[in-house]
Amino acid sequence: MSSGHNFMRWFRGAAHPSAKPSEKATAAPRTTRRCIGLGEFMKDLRGSESRKLCVLDLGPTSPANITFLTDRHMRVYNEDILRCAKEPAVLTRQNDGLERIDLDKFFAENLAYPDGHFDAILCWDAADYLPEELVKPVVEKLHALLKPQGTLLAFFHTKDAGPDSPYCHYHIVQPDTLELEEGPGFRLQRIFNNRHIENLFRDFASRKFFLGRDNIREVIIVR
Amino acid sequence: MSAPSKETPKPVEQHRADVGHIGKSVVIRGELTGNEDLYLDGEVEGNINLRDHKLVIGPNGKIKANITARDVVIHGRVEGNVNTSERVELKRACTLIGDVATQRIAIEDGAFFKGAIDVKEPKEARPEVRKPVASAPVVSPASSVANSGPSLSAGAGSQGSFLEPK
Repeated sequence: MSSGHNFMRWFRGAAHPSAKPSEKATAAPRTTRRCIGLGEFMKDLRGSESRKLCVLDLGPTSPANITFLTDRHMRVYNEDILRCAKEPAVLTRQNDGLERIDLDKFFAENLAYPDGHFDAILCWDAADYLPEELVKPVVEKLHALLKPQGTLLAFFHTKDAGPDSPYCHYHIVQPDTLELEEGPGFRLQRIFNNRHIENLFRDFASRKFFLGRDNIREVIIVR
Repeated sequence: MSAPSKETPKPVEQHRADVGHIGKSVVIRGELTGNEDLYLDGEVEGNINLRDHKLVIGPNGKIKANITARDVVIHGRVEGNVNTSERVELKRACTLIGDVATQRIAIEDGAFFKGAIDVKEPKEARPEVRKPVASAPVVSPASSVANSGPSLSAGAGSQGSFLEPK
């Protein structure tokens, strides 16, 4: 009986239908994940009262990340780049009737900072979910926004789990630990292999790869 | 069986007698200044300056203005920079597009924020003193950011282009 019950969970999802509907509606479950890449990323990131480091977080607004970074004397910038790419204001209708992103409009509204403004950028796995036409221009823009020797942390899926591949929000809880919270709205667009990543970030000085057990490749990229 | 919880935010501060109230049908263009706490549920375009007082922007509030106040609580939508001497709270489902400079900030899960956050250090550590029309800013013991929110908050496309040299 018990094993049958567990087996059926695969078909109807992990949450039992009778399990606390109010909780389900307000808070997505979170899982904790050790992140060696984040640990490496944080190693050289030390701000001070006199010199605050500028860090750009490209994920959804995360109170945990803002707490973590501001407590370490950093000035935090937040741009949910995936959400911004879906804003109607940056779309234009093409001759074929399809809506595509207007790059000029997109960069007028987003990532509008002076060159070399940031000491570090948390890109998370945005590149896996960005629309095709935005990937290269965004990476070029991030290259311009980073200071020389500035660091960027990016994640890449190593396995296509199909349309059900969950999009996650990343919350920093410790220098080498993240909480993952499943978020709605975005589908995995592509899988980058190491060579794709090398090519995509070829303008940067170095790339360091860490392969996690959960099919996520963590990459530290230095300008 | 318990009744389902209501989703609408509760602007608890709005009914206090000593708090000014601007309703949701009010539209203001220009400079808004005051010497009392304010609950603002309408639209403002311009600047808001409450100096040593608290501003609560209700769920219907639509603000396109730079805000200066002691505390700011946002339930609605703000486009502009927020500068407070003490505290900023971003409530669930609010939107803030602009930079924040404050001593403390609390962000609930579900809030949308786009901009920069600069947490200022308290200028000097001294006992908390509040006056009705205070000129001296109240200093909090430490700068910190708190999460006051509930809990903690396809097919592969073409990728050939990334292999090609530029």
